[in-house]
Amino acid sequence: MENLIALLIGAPLLGAAVLLCGGRRLDRSGHWLGTLLAAASFVIALALFADMLGKSADDRAMFQRLYTWIPVEGFRADMAFQLDQLSMTFVLLITGVGTLIHIYSIGYMEHDERRRRFFGYLNLFVAAMLLLVLADNYLLLYFGWEGVGLASYLLIGFWQHKPTAATAAKKAFLVNRVGDMGLSIAIMIMFTTFGTFTFGPVLAETGQASEGKLTAIGLMLLLAACGKSAQVPLQSWLGDAMEGPTPVSALIHAATMVTAGVYLIVRSADIFNAAPDAQLVVTVVGAVTLLFGAIVGCAKDDIKKALAGSTMSQIGYMILAAGLGPIGYVFAIMHLVTHGFFKAGLFLGAGSVMHGMNDEVDMRRYGGLRKYMPVTFVTFGLGYLAIIGFPGLSGFFSKDKIIEAAFAKGGTEGWILGSVTLLGAAITAYYMTRVMLMTFFGEKRWQPDENGEPPHPHESPKSMTIPMVLLAVGSVAAGAYFEFAGFVEWLEPVTGFAHGHSPLSAAAVTTATVAVMVIGVGLAYLQYGRKPVPVVAPRGSLLTRAARRDLLQDDFNHAVFVTGGTHLTRSLVYVDHTLVDGVVNGTAAAVGGLSGRLRKLQNGYVRSYAVSMFGGTAVLIAATLLMRAV
Amino acid sequence: MNPVNYLYLAALLFTIGAVGVLIRRNAIVVFMCVELMLNACNLAFVTFSRMHGNLDGQIIAFFTMVVAAAEVVVGLAIIVSVFRARHSASVDDASLMKL
Repeated sequence: MENLIALLIGAPLLGAAVLLCGGRRLDRSGHWLGTLLAAASFVIALALFADMLGKSADDRAMFQRLYTWIPVEGFRADMAFQLDQLSMTFVLLITGVGTLIHIYSIGYMEHDERRRRFFGYLNLFVAAMLLLVLADNYLLLYFGWEGVGLASYLLIGFWQHKPTAATAAKKAFLVNRVGDMGLSIAIMIMFTTFGTFTFGPVLAETGQASEGKLTAIGLMLLLAACGKSAQVPLQSWLGDAMEGPTPVSALIHAATMVTAGVYLIVRSADIFNAAPDAQLVVTVVGAVTLLFGAIVGCAKDDIKKALAGSTMSQIGYMILAAGLGPIGYVFAIMHLVTHGFFKAGLFLGAGSVMHGMNDEVDMRRYGGLRKYMPVTFVTFGLGYLAIIGFPGLSGFFSKDKIIEAAFAKGGTEGWILGSVTLLGAAITAYYMTRVMLMTFFGEKRWQPDENGEPPHPHESPKSMTIPMVLLAVGSVAAGAYFEFAGFVEWLEPVTGFAHGHSPLSAAAVTTATVAVMVIGVGLAYLQYGRKPVPVVAPRGSLLTRAARRDLLQDDFNHAVFVTGGTHLTRSLVYVDHTLVDGVVNGTAAAVGGLSGRLRKLQNGYVRSYAVSMFGGTAVLIAATLLMRAV
Repeated sequence: MNPVNYLYLAALLFTIGAVGVLIRRNAIVVFMCVELMLNACNLAFVTFSRMHGNLDGQIIAFFTMVVAAAEVVVGLAIIVSVFRARHSASVDDASLMKL
C-alpha cells in the first residue's frame, strides 16, 4: 500500500501537466480530466485510509522513499513521503473537498474561455498541497509550500485582465514571501542544530537542543504559518484574494493554503512543546487574529470579504488551539476539518448567489433570496448554523472543545484566552447572522447591473448544487462523527494528547458558548432583521469605518513598509550618488587632473627632455653616492 | 703632473658640453656639445686607466670613439635631411611628436 502514496500527488500533478501543456485540443474535455484525476486521488486516499484503519494505532504511519533528491556530502534530502494519521486527515480533506470544488467549478466556470487552464491550476494547487502534507522532511515540505504559493498566485490572479485581480495576486505572493523567509530560516537553524531536517530525527531529538534555539525555530515557523494562514501581522492578503473566482476562494479557505500554517505548527508539535515562549506567542497571535478577523467580518458588505474575515478568525481559533500544546493540537485539527466543510459550503453558496445575481457581491443589494434559491439557501443555512456553533452541528463540537482547552490553559492566561474565544464566538454569530439576513431574508434590494439589466435570481445548475449539498451534509455531521468515532484517539499517536483541567466544568463552558452565540444572533437580528437594510452603506462609527478598511492594516503597511521602504531606498540611492559615485568619480577626476598636469612635461622640446634626463641622472648618482656613504 | 687634474679637465669639458646641449638651439652646435661630452668621458676613462694601471679604460675609450664616429655619421645625416625639409636647424622646431 505504501507505494500508492506517490500516486496521491501524481494524479493531480499529471492533470496539471496535461492540462497546462495540452493546448486547445483539450478545451472541451479538460475540465473532466482535471476533475477525474482529483477524484482519483480521493479514491486512492480512501483506499489508504481503509488500509490504515485496519492496523493498530501505533503502526499506522506509512513511508515511501522515491529517490534521493539532493545528494550532497553531509546534506541529504530525500523525495520521500510520510503518511500518518495527521497527514491522512489532511489528505482526505484536501482531496475530498478539492474534488467537490472541481465538480462545482465545471458549472461555475462554464462560460469562461480559459476553463481548461483553470482546472490545470486547480490540479496544481491540490498536488502542491498534498506534497506539503505528505513530505517526510521540512525541505520537501518547503517545496510543497512554495508550490501552494505559486498556485494561489496563479488562481487569485486568474482574471488577470482586471487590474485589481492582478494586484491582489501580487500582494498575496509578496506577503507570503515574508512568511516563506521564516520557514527557510527555520529550516536552516534546524539543519545547523540537528544536522538533518527529516521529521523523525528532528522531532525526536528536540531535547538535545537549547531552549533558545527551539524558541527561534518555533518563532520562525510561526512567521511562516502567519504568512500562509493569514494571521496577524501577515493577514492583509486574504481579503484581496477574493478577487479570484469563487471556487478558488473556497479551495484556499477550506482545503488548501490557509490550513498549511496550522499543519506546520501541529506537525512541529515537539519543537513547540519544548519552547513555551514560542507557544505563548502562537496563542497570542491566534487570539489577536480571531478577534481581528471577526471584527473585519462584521463590517464588510462584500459577501466574499465577510466570509474571508470569518476564515481569518476561524484559523485564529486553530492557531490558538495549536499554541495550547497537547491539550489543543487535536482540537485545532478537528476544527480545521469541520471548518473545511462548512467554509467550503459557505463559499460555494456565496458563489451560487453571485452566479444568480449577475456577479453582484454587495450584500446590501441582495435580500429575500431564499425563495429564489432554495437549495443554496438550505445548504448555506446549514453551513451558517455549523459555523456559529449551533448545538449538534459540526462547528459546535470543535469550537466548544477549543474554548474549553483555552480555559484549561490555566491561570490568568487561561481566563484571558477563554474570554477571547468566547467573545470571538459571539462576534462570529453576529457577523454570520448578518450575512444570512442580508442575503436571504428581508425585502429585495436588487439593483440593475452596469448594463441596466435587473438580476433574475435562479437556482444554480446541478453540478454546482450537488457539491454544496454534500458539503452541507459534512457541515452537519462531521462534528458529531468526530466526537463519537474517536477523533482524539485517532490523532493522539501523532500529536499527543493531554486532558486539560479547566477551572470551569465542560457543561458550564458549553452553556456559555451557546449563550454568547444566542446573544450574537439576537444582536444581529435586532440590527438587520427587524430594521430594513439601507442599500447604500451608512457612514458608520469609527470602528466600522476602520474595519471596512481591514482595521487599517493596509494603511499601516503602506505607512511603515511601503513609505519606509521608499525612504530607505531613496536614502540608499542618495548615498550611492554622493558617496560611492563621489569616490569613483573623484578618483577619476584626480587621475585626469594629474595627467593634464603631467602632459605639459611632454612639450616636444628635445632640450627639456635632456634636462629631465640630466636631472634624473644627477639624482641617481647622488642617491648612489649617498647610499655608499651610509 | 698629478693625473687628478685631467679629471678636473674632463669634468669641466663635460659640464660645458652638457650646458651646451641644454641651452643651445642649433642642432649642429648641440651635436658638437654631445661630442664634447663624449670626449670628456674618454679623457676620464684614459685618466682612470693611467691611475689604476690597467688598460680597461683605454680599451673602452676606443669603443667610445668608434661609437661616436658611427653616431656622427647617422646624426649628421638626420640633421641634413631635416634641414633640407624644413630649412631650419633649430632643435625647437622639430617638436612635431608632442601631443
